[in-house]
Amino acid sequence: MAATRTRKQKASTGSIEQLLAAKEIVIHCGSGGVGKTTTAAAAAAMAAVHLGGKVLVLTVDPARRLANALGLEEFGNVETQVPPAAFADAGVAPRGELWVAMLDTKQSWDDLVRLHAPDARTRDAILGNPLYKNITGRFVQSHDYIAMERLYEIHASGRYDLIVVDTPPTRNAIDFLEAPERMADFFSSRLLRWLTVPARSRVMTFASKPFYSVADRILGSKFLEDIAEFFLLFQTMYDGFVERAEAVTRTLADSRTTFVVVSTLESAPVAEAEFFIDALQDRGLHLGAVVLNKVLPGWFLDRGTTTTAKALCVDAERLTQALPADIGPPDQVTRVLREVGESFLNFQVVANREAEMRAELSAAPEVVASAPYFDHDITDLVGLLELGEQIWR
Amino acid sequence: MTDLLDRKLLFVTGKGGVGKTTIAASLALLAAQRGKRTLVGEIDAKGNLADFYETGPTAFKEREVSPGLWAMSMNTEESLKEYLTLQLKIPFIARLGPLARTFDFVANAAPGVKEILTVGKFLWEVRERHYDLVVVDSVATGHITGQLAAPAAIQDLVQVGLVRDQTDWMLDILGDPARTGVVIVSAPEEMPVNETLELASRLRSETVVDLAAVIANRVLPELFGRAEEEVFDRISDRTGSPCPADVLSTALGGPVEQLLDGAQLAVTLRRTRAQHLTRLRDELPPGTPLLYVPYLFQRSHGARATTQVAAHLGEELGF
Repeated sequence: MAATRTRKQKASTGSIEQLLAAKEIVIHCGSGGVGKTTTAAAAAAMAAVHLGGKVLVLTVDPARRLANALGLEEFGNVETQVPPAAFADAGVAPRGELWVAMLDTKQSWDDLVRLHAPDARTRDAILGNPLYKNITGRFVQSHDYIAMERLYEIHASGRYDLIVVDTPPTRNAIDFLEAPERMADFFSSRLLRWLTVPARSRVMTFASKPFYSVADRILGSKFLEDIAEFFLLFQTMYDGFVERAEAVTRTLADSRTTFVVVSTLESAPVAEAEFFIDALQDRGLHLGAVVLNKVLPGWFLDRGTTTTAKALCVDAERLTQALPADIGPPDQVTRVLREVGESFLNFQVVANREAEMRAELSAAPEVVASAPYFDHDITDLVGLLELGEQIWR
Repeated sequence: MTDLLDRKLLFVTGKGGVGKTTIAASLALLAAQRGKRTLVGEIDAKGNLADFYETGPTAFKEREVSPGLWAMSMNTEESLKEYLTLQLKIPFIARLGPLARTFDFVANAAPGVKEILTVGKFLWEVRERHYDLVVVDSVATGHITGQLAAPAAIQDLVQVGLVRDQTDWMLDILGDPARTGVVIVSAPEEMPVNETLELASRLRSETVVDLAAVIANRVLPELFGRAEEEVFDRISDRTGSPCPADVLSTALGGPVEQLLDGAQLAVTLRRTRAQHLTRLRDELPPGTPLLYVPYLFQRSHGARATTQVAAHLGEELGF
């Protein structure tokens, strides 16, 4: 497993604040459920408040309550500004502006087709193709590609000082790094040419081509033709796509771009995070920071308290007598004391496991920030800024 | 209602991070422990199902990982080969190398083909009655309906051909609630609950597959009953002098503040999460079985955890 490889050891020196002040694109990645969206939004909100300028957070799947909390009914593919009133309500006067946009895959693909189609007829043929919707939804990790493509487009427009990106939840975070390259490969692939042969040359005999004969038996030639026609249309956009994919790749590697790996301290997300850190290093991409989310307070690790907790469990009855009688019925008090001790020891097991995971993850990046387990859900700007404060310095 | 483990095919899904694979692995283990010949398969070949049994990597060819329990990983190319040889009796086996690669490409591009190969393999195991129960560690909530709706979608898109002919029996099994069901794994947090509720309604509108159960994973224990919580609040009250914490610290010979803070955190976390569980219970389609699996204060997530979760699931199912 990649995680066992030795990574460059660095001291944790900088801060998220410095990172966001120095970069133009900050891409958050990590496995699903670690709080990527919230962390990205919190970082962007902090940047808008403290660093100023125009800050955009480009997200994939925000909690609806989070959208409402930002003072927005909903937000879609179009960039929308978080109303200054929302900041005023949260009791802060931001130095800059916070904008949000959500990634709408279908809409983005349509835009891309409009951009690259050689003429109106081809454009309409593609957009009207019955396979188009289905295919854009799934092939070549189109979700990943479109996220990077959209990022490139917005960055190149020069509309923002800072763009904070929340990446799609991919099983293998690496997919979206490779998406532009894969897209370029796809368009220049021999397979694509093969596939489009029958549509170009009706005279080709199926019997002479084992692939077509088998595929024909399995899928039916009508379906195969539909597919071929669709790819043939798509091929007209070859130059545009390849050129664009290369530009997107360059943007990711640019020194103004950095990656923030978000993880909880559970084993599966940590493994994914380590894999991703290695992948960034292999590609010469910049790992800016690791943000550890939903971390238990450090005092759960205190050895002295372990002793006290054990004593509390064992001596609960004696301790009950030491307490004033008006605390409650003795049997209840004893149970409560025992439960307090047990609970601490339980959480300590988890805290120990987390500490070990943390040590593993902290080796590589210059910046490691952590945010605690919040005892409430983050549903508003106040909550976002509260989280932001935790990771900022 | 059919008992969960009496079905023949269970697709386990859930939002990322809720412990979908843990539950799939544990459900399968529980079934095997109860004497059912069980197959557990993961759809993502890069997944980590094997870690949950600590038996080394799994492959497309199933392997017995504990008595009565076989495990495998989906691989669409292998599935295609098996499908061509066993079901279609295609004689081109020797030429399958480049063909399969090409086909994999078509499968990636053409809607529904990859899904048919994936879902079809498990449906086929059910049809052939190779196992009493097949548990699938399926894709996440966002993609499961696409996968389960694939046979129907193929019927719409493909008018003729062998793939189309296969979809009839697949839909028969998929749509039969006595045989097939979806298990949604959730967690007592806002987003997982949202996704669970959304999926429950989308399963109805977009697929023929029955919702077999929802499993709320990682439910924190309730430390105190109502009366005990009042006692705890009085113990935690630091206004008096000496306050109860001071008395306890003296009697114990060490500070108890952190112990009380820790318990307070546990109580608060439990309370916040309870709201989400309530919403889950209230808003699921009436009659949906809802099982609870407690948060495990565990060192690791390996075979030990799988065994414990299986035991909890067994209790919830009344075994």
